[in-house]
Amino acid sequence: MDNLNNLMDGFGAAITPTNLLFACVGVLLGTAVGVLPGIGPAMTVALLLPITYNVEPASAFIMFAGIYYGGMYGGSTTSILLNTPGESSSVITAIEGNKMAKAGRAAQALATAAFGSFIAGAIGTTLLTFFAPWIAVQAVKLGDPSYLAIMVLALIAVTAVLGSSKLRGFIGLFLGLAIGIVGIDSLTGQSRMIFGIPLLGDGIDIVVVAVAIFAIGEALWVAAFLRRRPQEIIPVGRPWMGKDDFKRSWKPWLRGTAFGFPFGAVPAGGAELPTFLSYVTERKLSKHPEEFGHGAIEGVAGPEAANNASAAGTLVPMLALGLPTNATAAIMLAAMMGYGIQPGPALFESESTLVWTLIASLFIGNFLLLVLNLPLAPLWAKLLQTPRPYLYAGILFFASLGALAVNLQWFDLALLLFFGLVGLGMRRFGVPVLPLIIGVILGPLVEERLRKTLLLSSGDWSGLVSEPTAIIVYAIIALGAIGMAVTGAVRGRKDTTTEVSA
Amino acid sequence: MSPGPRRRTLLLASLGALALPSLAACGVTRGDDAGSTRLRMMIPNSPGGGYDLTGRAAVRVMEDTEITSRFEVFNVIGAGGTVAMARLANERGNEDLMMAMGLGVVGATFTNKSQARVSGMTPLARLIQESEGVIVPADSPHKDIKSLIDAWKKDPRAVSIGGGSSPGGPDHLFPMEFAKAVDIDPREVNYITYDGGGDLLPALLGSKIQAGMSGLGEYAEQIKKGQVKVLATSGEERVPGIDAPTLKESDVDLTFINWRGILAPPGIPTARRDQLIGLLQQMHDSPEWQEALKLNNWTDAWMTGNEFGDFLTTQDERVETTLKELGLL
Repeated sequence: MDNLNNLMDGFGAAITPTNLLFACVGVLLGTAVGVLPGIGPAMTVALLLPITYNVEPASAFIMFAGIYYGGMYGGSTTSILLNTPGESSSVITAIEGNKMAKAGRAAQALATAAFGSFIAGAIGTTLLTFFAPWIAVQAVKLGDPSYLAIMVLALIAVTAVLGSSKLRGFIGLFLGLAIGIVGIDSLTGQSRMIFGIPLLGDGIDIVVVAVAIFAIGEALWVAAFLRRRPQEIIPVGRPWMGKDDFKRSWKPWLRGTAFGFPFGAVPAGGAELPTFLSYVTERKLSKHPEEFGHGAIEGVAGPEAANNASAAGTLVPMLALGLPTNATAAIMLAAMMGYGIQPGPALFESESTLVWTLIASLFIGNFLLLVLNLPLAPLWAKLLQTPRPYLYAGILFFASLGALAVNLQWFDLALLLFFGLVGLGMRRFGVPVLPLIIGVILGPLVEERLRKTLLLSSGDWSGLVSEPTAIIVYAIIALGAIGMAVTGAVRGRKDTTTEVSA
Repeated sequence: MSPGPRRRTLLLASLGALALPSLAACGVTRGDDAGSTRLRMMIPNSPGGGYDLTGRAAVRVMEDTEITSRFEVFNVIGAGGTVAMARLANERGNEDLMMAMGLGVVGATFTNKSQARVSGMTPLARLIQESEGVIVPADSPHKDIKSLIDAWKKDPRAVSIGGGSSPGGPDHLFPMEFAKAVDIDPREVNYITYDGGGDLLPALLGSKIQAGMSGLGEYAEQIKKGQVKVLATSGEERVPGIDAPTLKESDVDLTFINWRGILAPPGIPTARRDQLIGLLQQMHDSPEWQEALKLNNWTDAWMTGNEFGDFLTTQDERVETTLKELGLL
């Protein structure tokens, strides 16, 4: 109850005209940088750090929180409309979201993303309010063996999204794994597949790969094969979510939140993995599995909730341990230090007013974003009625700008074009993109975790099961495998019996 | 080749201006800018990173105290600073460019086999330094550095050492030199890379590794609370506020400091170099800079010109030797 009172005090401090103004500026800026590929919330917050010298801590953090959440909202908008994800956490959203948009359901996709983000953000922030110190203590108990086990689980889940042709699915996956290897190996300092180009030393950014394969690949495809075909008119459809859309969305929202929050809260979780796990889960559980790949609303609702819940989760280790788990959190931490506020276990006691104001401002920012985004959804959706040549020219411009803005090197443009050609080839030969994206995300993670686990145990394989969480996850995998084998056998027998009787 | 950074700064500046019009105006005050039209500071890592904080702090002090007029900061990210170093080398003769850098960049130029070495640039000034600390989890069996060294010598492979930098970086070079100093083959060191101090801390809090080697700045709170213990520090002198001996005091013949400083492109006239050093000198002497040092827990390590150049040469040699012995070069 103490926490509740504290939270109310926090709201009291956050709802002043000045702070509300900062919140508005924050969410608008955040949405803008989320929409623009290449500029992320981390860089925006870093560039705005100097304002901390002139502004009260509470106002500054309210604005930063708005930017942080706003970035998550904005990222989904371009993913859905233009197939150009602005952040790595909205890559998965593009897969079903853009298909929905093409089918004239852009407004619904945007709306389910906005509601999902709001609900996930609200639940995540609530969990943060009441359990942050406890969660933080649990989270540091997870080490590399546990992370590895979770990633093995994710890797197995990939087989569920290989598509109808296993061969093509694996081609995509291995392409992705190969792209993931590029760069300087973090454990030994060896450079791998960088062809003597130092710019490849940090590896290839997943956002560049995704934008190239999704957007550039598609633009090239349209130019190469659909040029002479009459323009298909994208139906506009209803502007709002219908009853059925809500019915299909609410469970994915909650499940997505359940995936996202814990991943955000653990030190090495990130936002990509939970969005993917959420997607696979929804695909498995959906009553309309045939719609997946053609624009299933569950495939947008789940991952969008997951990435916002993860954003809320990230603040747990930041506030409770002084541990930044992503770039934006790191810079917000730097801002705290700038005010002479020492984050860490004592923060909730020593700076409780500031912490509760920040948490309250997260609720406010989240609410503002919903209010801002819902009415905009049908307007954004109109964008797709732009005639094809202009639309794709716009997409190409937008994608190139994003690639260039990160580092202002022509090399990034070359990389974008190269992967665009790869994307074109994949479309031509029917290689699915999702396994490739997963390969790029998971490959390096699995490799690093496995090697670290073995280093920690001095090469002893029993190190793989040295943590309870790891054992539990492997047990789940084993049970799942047995379960699948059994259902397979039962189904097999049924098939034979029908055959016999027939 | 490309007018690039300017355009991006413009884009970002307009973004910033959107938020706070006062921001854009804060650097316009005129001062004695030593005849330079427009100075630029290149940062070799991403916003929020170590060089970024140092570089931006220095620029802000120079702008606020009107030592210079507008001073543009831009980030060139890639391969641990190698990309930015290559850019600096290419800007030969550019009289209005500075670059923030440090020990990590020295190592990165070697591991990335780049020809643009720090000792080939124009040295301006070393600004700050930091001792490395040997940190163990609170429940570690090692109560002092001797006990850790003994266990390490007995079976180097069994003692996992975590650090916040990739091979070639300060947290990697330090344990390697440390091992050499206590007669352990550096190639036997079981070093595990973590993605910066924020990633290393949970490994220490959760007792996943036997020891961590890192700067102490990020751990102040945890050290105070006793959640991690510092067994020794690597500098010439003890670190204020940290109850731990130096390695020298513990009969290990090694001093190791991580440092950050400012370079200019090669091939600029000596007069111009001295002018730029003069600007940095004014900045260093200002109370604002002393305040920035205190705020960020940085230790002053002021050193300029040729002296700094000689220091860079020895750093280049020292890093090269260590990495060669490890078989990384």
